[in-house]
Amino acid sequence: MEVPRHWRLKQQRYALVGEVCPHCDSKIFPPRDVCPYCGEEAKTQYTMSGKGKVYSYTIMRDAPAGYEENIPYTVAVVALEEGPMVTAQLTDLGDKPVEIGMPVEMVTRRIRQDGDKHGMLVYGYKFRPAVRA
Amino acid sequence: MTDVVIAGIGQIPVGEHWDLSLREMGVRAIRQAVADSGGLRPQALYVGNMLSSILSHQANLGALLVDYAGLNGIESYTAEAAGASGAAALRLGYLAVLSGYIDCAVVAGVEKWTDAVGSELESALSMGMDYDFEAIPGLGANGQAGLIMQRYLYENNLEADALAGFPILAHANAVNNPNAMYHKAITREMYQKADLITDPLNLYDSAPYADGAAAVVICRRDLLPEKPVHPLVRISGSAVAIDTLAVHDRRDPMGFEAAHRSIQQACRKAGMRPEDADMFEFCDSFSVYAALSLEAAGFADRGEGWELATDGTLALDGRLPSLTMGGQKGRGNPLGASGVYQIVEAVQQLRGEAGANQVKNAHCALVQSLGGPASTAVTHVLERISD
Repeated sequence: MEVPRHWRLKQQRYALVGEVCPHCDSKIFPPRDVCPYCGEEAKTQYTMSGKGKVYSYTIMRDAPAGYEENIPYTVAVVALEEGPMVTAQLTDLGDKPVEIGMPVEMVTRRIRQDGDKHGMLVYGYKFRPAVRA
Repeated sequence: MTDVVIAGIGQIPVGEHWDLSLREMGVRAIRQAVADSGGLRPQALYVGNMLSSILSHQANLGALLVDYAGLNGIESYTAEAAGASGAAALRLGYLAVLSGYIDCAVVAGVEKWTDAVGSELESALSMGMDYDFEAIPGLGANGQAGLIMQRYLYENNLEADALAGFPILAHANAVNNPNAMYHKAITREMYQKADLITDPLNLYDSAPYADGAAAVVICRRDLLPEKPVHPLVRISGSAVAIDTLAVHDRRDPMGFEAAHRSIQQACRKAGMRPEDADMFEFCDSFSVYAALSLEAAGFADRGEGWELATDGTLALDGRLPSLTMGGQKGRGNPLGASGVYQIVEAVQQLRGEAGANQVKNAHCALVQSLGGPASTAVTHVLERISD
């Protein structure tokens, strides 16, 4: 059980809350309070739109503990419209083949289950093929 | 400034050692290296290890191994940098001897992989990535390499088997290495039919994780007799560079920036250019990392590193012999020990003790270890001291 660890990231997991650098205007996710582009302090909150494109993807066939029930599942690196890239599972794919460049959007889903039915559930962002305009 | 030389080497065969514990493996490699050095007395032991805290429920390997190797009283602790842990431990030892505070040190890499199974191992491996933002979303270490390979094939418009040359070369060279995990060559057809692990990455793109321990004794040149037991090899360059931990945080995930920097810095220290080296032991934990390492070192243009594995460049009689004792794919990948195995193998070559796989006229070797997808890159330049 790692309750505080997941709780303190709730804004990131549920809403892709990152930062914007007041010095160079770069958007930052995950938040790190120091701009990775210009090195200045960057603590201004900024919420990403959740829209992006698949930069690359793979299929996990052997999963780490807590993810076995989902195998095989697709994990992508998604390039967000605002610039940052995020690692996330793709979901709601249906029969649609995944392609690099495919437009996707963020949804909130169950990510992981710890142990048996009494274990903690971790929710967070996944991405699905874009349906919103 | 005094030369830092490698006076002794030791290694146990890489494999699944159900009958050996972490301490037994480590002690065997250490004692072998000390014996090979002619019985030098080390003042320090630097340990490279990645996963003992979780897989063996054992921390403080410095105390454990010094105690069991019969070296009580000396300095010791662990360096951890994922798959580059062994190389980072060598860096610690090099700096200690170079500084003059330590005259003689043992550097040992050890990894006990087979004490856990299945998803436990996958979870342990994930510790080398960004836990909050790569592992929690469900990515594993093999998946991270799968993502990079997918993009590499896409950007360079390559066939699905473009990277096959790396495991084919590694397996061919492992056949003659008694310490390798596999002694069977593989073919392109076998590669094409292999099961996918993290598409498009298949079984042969991924070096097998295994148990292993390797060690070297390093010391000041002037500690050794005029006529040493072995041809002497000195460490003439050493550098570590860091890139982002998470792949998604890189501006250019297809450029192994840390691998580039550490090669440049180590070669500058050694007063040479990368192309002056007679051989290159790089990281082939995943075949795409091998291609990107060659590009980062400047041996191939962007997107063309894979060609060197098929055009003969990397063969034992090629322009840049590589993975000469089987690399991680053929010898096996004991994570925190891998970096020390690479050094031991390069020393075998430079001494002229590499048997059937001997590279002719090998005087200078480049050795590079990566932690993750070159999140950490450690490079050493080794040179045979001419008689």
